[in-house]
Amino acid sequence: MKIERKPLTLWERLYLPAIISGMMLTFSHLFRKKVTLRYPEEKPEMPPGYRGQPVLVKDDEGRVKCVACQLCEFVCPPRAIRIKPMAYPENAKYKKVEKTPEEFEIDMIRCIFCGYCEEVCPERAIFLRGPYSVTGLSRKDMVFNKEKLLELGGTLPDPIKKWRKK
Amino acid sequence: MPDNLTTPTPAAEMVNATINGIKVQAPKGANIIEAGERVGVFVPHYCYHKKLAISGICRMCLVEVGGPMRGPDDKPVLNPDGTPKIAMAPRLSIGCNTPVTEGMVIVTNSPAVKQAQNAVMEFFLINHPLDCPICDQAGECKLQEYSVEFGKDASRFREEKVHKPKQVDLGPRVMLDDERCILCSRCIRFMRDVAKDDCLGFVNRGSHTTLACWPGKKLAGNYSLNTVDLCPVGALTDKDFRFKMRVWFLKETKSICTSCATGCNTVIWSRENVVYRQTPRENDAVNQCWMCDAGRHNYKHINAASRLKKALVSGKEMGYADALKQLGPKLKAALADRASVAFVGSGRATNEELYLFSILAKGGVSDCVPRTWDGDNFLVNADRNPNGAGAKIFGVAAQPMGSKLTVIADGIKAGRIKTLIVHQEDVNRRGIGADLLAKLSLLVVVDFRPTETTKAAHFVLPGVTYAEKRGTFTNANGRVQRVWPAVSLGGEERSDWEIFRDLLRETGQPDRFGDIAALFADMAANVKPFAGLSLEKIGGGGVQISVT
Ligand code: SF4
Ligand code: SF4
Ligand code: SF4
Ligand code: SF4
Ligand code: FES
Repeated sequence: MKIERKPLTLWERLYLPAIISGMMLTFSHLFRKKVTLRYPEEKPEMPPGYRGQPVLVKDDEGRVKCVACQLCEFVCPPRAIRIKPMAYPENAKYKKVEKTPEEFEIDMIRCIFCGYCEEVCPERAIFLRGPYSVTGLSRKDMVFNKEKLLELGGTLPDPIKKWRKK
Repeated sequence: MPDNLTTPTPAAEMVNATINGIKVQAPKGANIIEAGERVGVFVPHYCYHKKLAISGICRMCLVEVGGPMRGPDDKPVLNPDGTPKIAMAPRLSIGCNTPVTEGMVIVTNSPAVKQAQNAVMEFFLINHPLDCPICDQAGECKLQEYSVEFGKDASRFREEKVHKPKQVDLGPRVMLDDERCILCSRCIRFMRDVAKDDCLGFVNRGSHTTLACWPGKKLAGNYSLNTVDLCPVGALTDKDFRFKMRVWFLKETKSICTSCATGCNTVIWSRENVVYRQTPRENDAVNQCWMCDAGRHNYKHINAASRLKKALVSGKEMGYADALKQLGPKLKAALADRASVAFVGSGRATNEELYLFSILAKGGVSDCVPRTWDGDNFLVNADRNPNGAGAKIFGVAAQPMGSKLTVIADGIKAGRIKTLIVHQEDVNRRGIGADLLAKLSLLVVVDFRPTETTKAAHFVLPGVTYAEKRGTFTNANGRVQRVWPAVSLGGEERSDWEIFRDLLRETGQPDRFGDIAALFADMAANVKPFAGLSLEKIGGGGVQISVT
């Protein structure tokens, strides 16, 4: 295909008007509200539903929702997840749930943030909603354990109260 | 052989039938599930199990059945082309309790059958808790599998489910979840007919029917865990395996149980070099589909943290090769005077290890440690050495086994015996105490775990358990069966046969046992009962040899 090139008009050939209008736009931004952040001193506030790193959540009663079914460990393509299941001890509040993770580790270096774990979880216990940045000073720092994952995940109320009736 | 372990005799009379248009020949009396198996037609079933009495209560195996029609004159009715006219039964029949008869026509894929399977699945799931995320059976659950293959994708049931007892303590090793039970009665029939300990039954009626132990009874026998294998769902679970690991992560390795001389065929389930459970593997010549609870749970020593991962020279850890280098000349010098050397072999060793041990022990006094307790008249043999038969064949054990242990002890006391070579036995507990061991000028122990004997030893070479090596065992009836490596410690430990091969080489014997196949071939060539055998021939099922 041949593209016709129209010859420039005189106004366009003058060149300066275009420069001046461009500069005006640029300078006008100096007087508007800032849109950038002084990262990393200032951290961005992520909107709800932000898809970040995988973390574990608790329900509105404060129960760890994960029951250590190990499906996420199985589905995780880079095998970033490691779970050690255990039975709830005899007098535990949620004994009727029977099973809970003793240890739950995600290696954030391995994780590719694919979200399969969230998709496969039958208990809605793991979500990609973690903070904006995932950093650490060593490989070991980047393996997040259960406590850390729960702290990052916080509480996520769920309308389905599956274990209430058990 | 115990009376409830009889092998089925090959049925002589065969009948002809068709399943889904495929011609099949089945022994007379075989049911439709078994006949279908012969030609690869799968009939789903829950309550049927080939080793148990038929109860026909799950209704999962419904199929369409027909046969040659007969007229009022009792003559076969023929089609115009001369073939017998087939009359299909108006209702579906259960495949497990319908024997195949001559000319029978069976259809397992018609819309009526599919609808029936779908409806049966729906009924099973009406009150099912769907505990899959916390249910140990998930991954090997027949309810899950059939649900995908024969069931609906969504539930139409909106009412409150019937709740039944959960986390019921049925016995010392078995946990019951009544909500998950599909009332197939396999466990009841096993305990009643096979284990001969009638302790389970159903109580209540209708949707409230519940599995329970009879009052005052517990599911406590030594065969209780077979009910866990039989249970098609997660109602019965093994307390030992409960919540330890998901089955889909586990690697299956064929093996045999080494807890007694029966040698039940097993599967070792492991993940990343940790053994999580053992289950029986079918072998009609040995254990059918069962094994005892004690043998099943006898695997903890494989995973033990205290295992020997390095050679020990006078108690100091050392690499295997270095220890061997130091031991070689000393052992060679000691073996020059055979009368001053004694050997304690092991009835827990493989045939190959015993063969090499017998070559090493030639001319010296040698014996094994006997282990006899009560047997039962089912699987458990009174002889708890898994390879006592082998120890006798190779002459490592005295006749009777253990009778020379006192001779060895006296020899050490008198100073006649100066060198002792021990394989996998804690002789300290068998009459050769620490004071005697201290008198020896050379004590060599091959073992996989530290014992009082390894503590006293000048040289300890780290061996492995049956779950880490290749080899064969001879059971009490003379059946030679193989084991395969399931796990590995990843330390300096070696298969015991490799250690004995290296010791033979270090003491100047020709090195002719390169690998396990070469070793077995050498053994087959030199030891009469094994003549003509090879590891391939033994395979997964074992081979019978004559032991006299
Ligand atoms: S997001 Fe993907 S890679 Fe990361 S833990 Fe989940 S499944 Fe694994
Ligand atoms: S899939 Fe969900 S419930 Fe299962 S182990 Fe992972 S986070 Fe826990
Ligand atoms: S028995 Fe099967 S279907 Fe039922 S909860 Fe267990 S795994 Fe799921
Ligand atoms: S516990 Fe298992 S084997 Fe026993 S009746 Fe129930 S489903 Fe069948
Ligand atoms: S297998 Fe036939 S009724 Fe259960």
